[in-house]
Amino acid sequence: MKTTLVAHVGAPGFGRTERRDVWWLEPLWAAVGLAIFVAYSTWAALVGNNFAFGPYQSPFYSPYFKPPWWPLSASIFVLWIPLGFRLSCYYYRKAYYRAYFLSPPACAVSEPKHEYTGETGVLLRWLPVVHRWFLYLSILILIWLWVDAIRAFDFDGSFGIGVGTLVMLLNVVLLTAFTLGCHALRSLVGGNVRCFSCAPLGNARYGAWRFVTRFTGMHPWMAWFSLYSVALCDLYIRLCAMGAITDLRIV
Amino acid sequence: MSTQAAPEDATSATTRYEGSVRDEALRAQARTGRTFTLRINRGEHGDSAGRWESYDVELAAGMVVLDAVLFVQAKHAPDLAVRWNCKAAKCGSCAAEVNGRPRLLCKTRLEDFNLAEPVLVQPMQTFVRIKDLVTDVSWNYRVNEKIIPFRARTDRPWKFYQRDVEKAQEMRQCIECFLCQDVCHVLRYSGEEKPAFFGPRFFVRAAGLDFHPMDAEDRVGQLRGEGGIGLCNITKCCTEVCPANIHITDDAIIPEKERAVDAFDDPFRGIFRRNGAPKP
Ligand code: SF4
Ligand code: SF4
Ligand code: FES
Ligand code: FES
Repeated sequence: MKTTLVAHVGAPGFGRTERRDVWWLEPLWAAVGLAIFVAYSTWAALVGNNFAFGPYQSPFYSPYFKPPWWPLSASIFVLWIPLGFRLSCYYYRKAYYRAYFLSPPACAVSEPKHEYTGETGVLLRWLPVVHRWFLYLSILILIWLWVDAIRAFDFDGSFGIGVGTLVMLLNVVLLTAFTLGCHALRSLVGGNVRCFSCAPLGNARYGAWRFVTRFTGMHPWMAWFSLYSVALCDLYIRLCAMGAITDLRIV
Repeated sequence: MSTQAAPEDATSATTRYEGSVRDEALRAQARTGRTFTLRINRGEHGDSAGRWESYDVELAAGMVVLDAVLFVQAKHAPDLAVRWNCKAAKCGSCAAEVNGRPRLLCKTRLEDFNLAEPVLVQPMQTFVRIKDLVTDVSWNYRVNEKIIPFRARTDRPWKFYQRDVEKAQEMRQCIECFLCQDVCHVLRYSGEEKPAFFGPRFFVRAAGLDFHPMDAEDRVGQLRGEGGIGLCNITKCCTEVCPANIHITDDAIIPEKERAVDAFDDPFRGIFRRNGAPKP
């Protein structure tokens, strides 16, 4: 069955509302917040240097893989995975549909007149489908980032903790909290079960579903925190590597 | 004898009216002496623009917008139409928009607003006005009739546990106020002709049935087809307005979207799919 495409014919144009609050603030900060991250990460991913310092490895360049014939930055081999994961994430979709597509800009605020197909169009209808594949790949990357975080305790063979260690640890914890809240994961572990006590491994799946549900509640927050923790983690290591700041050893 | 009857009558009259006397006393106590302006968008059947009328309302402690509307009805405009029944956020009939946000009139406290400025009340914009604040929500009932009804399973005993009904239970909290239908941009800006889209309230209903452990049907194909769940772009306005606090997007729409991917779109999932997926 084909879904009827909806033209927003009745729409009186952009921004009509009786709302009296500052409804434009939320889409505005989302638009600016995402733009700043995209600008920084594009630059940091393309420069191709200063991504490691001592035992620290920037999350933009991990796992590090660069064949000798490759002329560009090594980050390109890995970054498409978190990029695809976030672009197809249910929360980020909401955020950019509102902030960039203005569809809708905020609740009960009219949108610019346009043909509206929601997530039935040729491109957008695949987002929920590819999202789960990006999830599987992202879990692999996440495991790798945990290895990196553990390696950050290893200062030339001796145990140590620097500010950079804590930065990397915090980053991977936030990334884990973000990934655990994924809706595709929630569906996979138990959301698709109609009757837990009838399903094989029903109790375990119920427990897993409840566990993931807790993270799903904070998914929007974790989306922002982990987005910026990745960028700040890269920035910290970059500044250390450039010699702009010194990494303090705690232990 | 007759001298005794009079005081008896007087007592029973007091007893009979005790309630309203007490209400009146409470109201007098609650009066704050402040007044504010309520602007109500009024109009006759089918008038979508309406006209804004301003009324002075005496503020009482704990007043909700419905109280203020009823004050206007009592003191200024006896012909003002407003629909309400429970005044307890349970019947869903007082749905309207206050300062542009879809809300239950009886659950919206005036203390939450800056009363130096007028408070705006208008009917739900997505539905055709019957009169003043009352809208015709019957389109929703027609959508409801399309949903594949519950059919009991016969292949296992009628016995299940709390954890099995948890997901369905959340969906049963719905009070059918249709605020989510009102705010959903797919319905709100699509003009008179509603699109092939059930709307958040009916994704909630369908999910409630689909998550029921004893239901033998599956509505995921219906939702993806005539239900138009793909038109929803998960921007969560329905969740923001739901007075029953149902996580409409997270717990009904996204799980159904994921089930649709499982059943129709994920080629890898197809390898593991058993028993034939429902047809779209
Ligand atoms: S999340 Fe979907 S159903 Fe809910 S208001 Fe937004 S578009 Fe409508
Ligand atoms: S789901 Fe919530 S907002 Fe929608 S009709 Fe039910 S109670 Fe109202
Ligand atoms: S990561 Fe946000 S929904 Fe999957
Ligand atoms: S009057 Fe019943 S919900 Fe407001």
